[in-house]
Amino acid sequence: MRAPLSWLRDFTPVEGTSADIARTLSFLGLVVEGTEVVGAPLPGIVVARVLATRPHPAADRIQLVDVDLGDGEALQICCGAFNMKPGDLVPLATIGTVMPSGLPIGRRKLRGEWSNGMLCSAPELSLGPEGPEPAIYILPPGLSSPGEPVAEALGLSPDVVFDLEISPNRSDCFSMVGVARDLAAALGLPFSIPGPPYAVAEDVAPASVAILEDAGELCWRFTGTVIEEVDKADVPAFVRRRLTLAGMRSINPVVDVSNYVMLELGQPNHPYDIDRLGGRGLVVRRAGAGEAIVTLDGTARRLTPEDCVIADGEGVGVGIAGIMGGATAEISSGTTAVLLEVANFNPQAVAATGKRLGLLSEARTRFERGVDPEVAGRAISRFVELLGPRARRGETTDVRTVVQERAKIFLRTERVNLVLGTSLSPNEPAELLSRLGFEAVPNGPSTYEVTVPTWRPDCEREVDLIEEIARIYGYENIARSLPRRSIAPAGLTDYQKGRRRVRELLAGAGANEAWTSSFLSGADLARAGLSSSEALALENPLDQAQGLLRTSLLPGLLDAARFNTERQAGALSLFEIGSVFRHPSEEGQPARSGGRVGTGPQTGLVNSILEWEQLGVLAVGLDVDATYAVRAWKVLAGGLRLQSSAVEPFAAGGSGSTLDGAMAAGGSLHPGRRALAVAGGYEVGVLGELAPAVSAAYDLPGRVAFLLLDLAPLLGAPRQSWAAQSASRYPAADIDLAFVVGDDVPAAHLEATVREAAGDLAEAVALFSVWRDGSLWAGRRSLAFRLRLRAPDRTLTGAEVAEVRDRVVAAASVAHGAELRGA
Amino acid sequence: MNDVQSALEKGRALIMEAPSLEALRAVEAEAFGKRSELAAITATLRGRTPDERRELGKALQDAREDLDRIYSERLARLEAGLARERAASERLDLSEAAGLFSPGGGPLADLLAQPLPRGHLHLVTQVREELEDIFVSMGFEVAEGPEVEDDWHNFEALNMPPHHPARGMFDTFYLKAGPPQSVLLRTHTSPVQVRLMESRQPPIYAVAPGRCFRRDTPDATHLPVFHQLEALVVDEGISMSHLAGALDAFTNAFFGPGRHARLRPSFFPFTEPSAEFDVTCWVCDGRDPNCRTCSGSGWVELGGCGMVDPAVFQAVGVDPERYTGFAWGFGIDRLAMARTGLADMRDLLDNDLRFISQF
Repeated sequence: MRAPLSWLRDFTPVEGTSADIARTLSFLGLVVEGTEVVGAPLPGIVVARVLATRPHPAADRIQLVDVDLGDGEALQICCGAFNMKPGDLVPLATIGTVMPSGLPIGRRKLRGEWSNGMLCSAPELSLGPEGPEPAIYILPPGLSSPGEPVAEALGLSPDVVFDLEISPNRSDCFSMVGVARDLAAALGLPFSIPGPPYAVAEDVAPASVAILEDAGELCWRFTGTVIEEVDKADVPAFVRRRLTLAGMRSINPVVDVSNYVMLELGQPNHPYDIDRLGGRGLVVRRAGAGEAIVTLDGTARRLTPEDCVIADGEGVGVGIAGIMGGATAEISSGTTAVLLEVANFNPQAVAATGKRLGLLSEARTRFERGVDPEVAGRAISRFVELLGPRARRGETTDVRTVVQERAKIFLRTERVNLVLGTSLSPNEPAELLSRLGFEAVPNGPSTYEVTVPTWRPDCEREVDLIEEIARIYGYENIARSLPRRSIAPAGLTDYQKGRRRVRELLAGAGANEAWTSSFLSGADLARAGLSSSEALALENPLDQAQGLLRTSLLPGLLDAARFNTERQAGALSLFEIGSVFRHPSEEGQPARSGGRVGTGPQTGLVNSILEWEQLGVLAVGLDVDATYAVRAWKVLAGGLRLQSSAVEPFAAGGSGSTLDGAMAAGGSLHPGRRALAVAGGYEVGVLGELAPAVSAAYDLPGRVAFLLLDLAPLLGAPRQSWAAQSASRYPAADIDLAFVVGDDVPAAHLEATVREAAGDLAEAVALFSVWRDGSLWAGRRSLAFRLRLRAPDRTLTGAEVAEVRDRVVAAASVAHGAELRGA
Repeated sequence: MNDVQSALEKGRALIMEAPSLEALRAVEAEAFGKRSELAAITATLRGRTPDERRELGKALQDAREDLDRIYSERLARLEAGLARERAASERLDLSEAAGLFSPGGGPLADLLAQPLPRGHLHLVTQVREELEDIFVSMGFEVAEGPEVEDDWHNFEALNMPPHHPARGMFDTFYLKAGPPQSVLLRTHTSPVQVRLMESRQPPIYAVAPGRCFRRDTPDATHLPVFHQLEALVVDEGISMSHLAGALDAFTNAFFGPGRHARLRPSFFPFTEPSAEFDVTCWVCDGRDPNCRTCSGSGWVELGGCGMVDPAVFQAVGVDPERYTGFAWGFGIDRLAMARTGLADMRDLLDNDLRFISQF
């Protein structure tokens, strides 16, 4: 809301620089989004009377205007606007004037004709917004005599407009009075609303208005007042000027007054042309099913019985209650008498109707937040006062279905100090509240019974009063302290520590962390060889390319890899840890918590949605192949000190992982270069190479290695014991054994056999060479292991070493049909 | 008619017996193309009666369609076989690689002689971890909650019943699951507050960092996917003075000594009293009237905070007379931008290595 300082000063004598006042407003919670200094004194701009208008002999777009500056001389001006006629008073920038925009005005020739100054529009004088067509500002007739400075004639003084952002709970501050009241309270200044005179003309009939019974809960109060001879209204010039400053268009005197009263008091109101109103009265009722009303903006709005309608005396709808009037009884220049509606509607009903119709209006903004039910009388009197002495009002007809009790709240000073951390004296809270119009009556020691003013429907509880006290006391004046608590163990959970460790290990191994969007499309999933059948869809995505929640980190990482490859990044390795989501296709599938910590139980439907944290690693580059993924896995398994970890042959769906089945089915994986990552005996993810079709779809050169792990089972897998083992001080005996074994025997299986057969004496078993020679061994290859044998307490004898060797060779032969090379 | 039948059988045999893709392509013309018997029969149509022409034409058409289908099936089968063969020929026993990269293995020792690349954590991760560390050092735990939320945790328990006007402050993404607008992407980290208090009684000293979602069109300062850090303290005797003190302590720790927080009244349904908090401008310290970061005011708005509203306590079963508490939330990405002077938030989501590897 735009609040001119001059308007606020009608109610409280606030002084100080605009910056100081803006700061005070901000610290009341009335956020100042902008401060505009307006109403420069306009030196050199004087009132001129139009004597005659003549066509320019050599131009169509400009005309010649003869004006009189009070000396009776005709002064010729060239002008590009055509909205003035002889007799009008207009502002003239005389020779030598510098306009507010900085433009200097000199005597100059336009297409051969002299212009002795410039006629001005409202925006050129910073007096109003730009109109659709160039228009000279026509001053109100009889305002002053020609030659007088315009600023003096209009009573312009410099002003400041504060552009305020009002939070939705502060319905009272959608008015000048409300803002001024807060300002006065914060600054400790007096505050009063001048009481307008109340004079009823006996010969003007009371208005005919009624609320039908079924609309009683929608409309709480409805008043009607007939005002006659509004065509003779003499509205003060400040009304138009302040409306313009507040950002509203001036329309005609009656509508201007209506808007002025709304902005000043926060009471929306509606004047109807009574001569165009059927039955010369108003009735409040529910809308009929399917009833349509054409609102002032020219749109037909279809209503339901939940909506409240203002109808004329014959029952024809003329407006949507509390939101927008209809076109039928609109005020026009010919209107001589009005029926003024000043009402109070149920905020929830207005909100519901407004939301369903998608119709925003100044009235709705105020009614749906709650309008003071007691301000109606003041609003009517102010309306009549502003129309001037010649307008005559009749008695107001006032119908109420609900008279709200003023809320009473108990307030404990002790509680105030507890919540705020202050040490206010027992009577201070009451004093601070009284500045805002709350009445606090002592009720026991340090306790008050506080009556809430009718304009503060947002205050319902003790804590609401405490906030008011804090605002007026000043948040800045609350001393700062830290909670005093006994020392309690805090810190990261094991899961959180493990997750950090994973990040550090991967970054240490050369991978860069990416952050990709949680949204993608079915096409993104398909491109990565993934199915979208279990993806959760958004009801209202920003666009269709972001219509699903990711079921895998893979598409995002692939996009990031392509982004960098397109920028000549060369070899790169990316990783991400993030939530992925899946909508279980089968009912009753168990939900996986995915390592979420410190949270309560999930309820209902959300519980059946799978959400868990995944780790994705992706590597691209000329030398990259599936072994990169294996190495990354080894780094993680080692860095996390996993008790057991392995790379096992791929078997889709074998262990119920969230990863393998979907990836295999969609064709994501290279069928010959994929494996399962196993930790503590359980599958925790998939690794290997992506199918050539997938890397081609992302224009990635060469082979793309990947590792996708479910984070929670990875971090939950058993870790190595902390029990220390001293390193043996005795020498080791190394033996190298090369086995020729079938390609169908995984190296890991042979290694396990070797390790087991070697027994406790094997300090280390390492594969050090893989050799394939098709001519010697079709369908088989050589795997060479180095066994480092060592005893903790002695030097091993040749016989002991030979025994181990024989045992290993025998076991490898029995278990895998492995032949010792060179044997 | 029998001619057509025999031409069909002959074509089928040619296609089915083709042993490779090349062979299949080679017999296409002979099976049902220009050089096929079908083509020869087609050439005789001209000299026949209209009735014959119609009947024979249909038979030819059917035969051609049959062969076309058979050809496609054979093509797919041969291609799949080829892919299988290629996959088999490229087959790797990945456990060989695992063995080779064990300590003591050959290639691992060779790798030690290679230059060591270093990777980088994402800027947002680094800021998040720094924030977590600050709060852990102040005695807070780090809590997390789901990104897919229900209406209760995101809105209703936070004192925003259905149709509450404040819901309009959040541009919510809803999911197609369950009744309309019942499942959503959390718009803030505040639902973690609710989950924490539902799960146990105070005292609670916790921060909750995490990903949030709002239906904002991406621009320099907004992304539909972003990160927030929530704080929640609930205990006996917690006051607004503690809120201001804790924010100040955090501001000092993150932005450096001499940088402070200040509170301005505001409105949130889940806190009362509510406040916005500003911090001393980290660019100009309030010394530059033309500063673009703080518009010369010396303060930058960082987030919202306040005392936990008693209605929230009631919703989660905490006694509002016995306990009081404070909460706040702010954007982690915004702090990352503050720390680095980054002007466009979208840079964070590009994952350009030249950007990531600066940090």
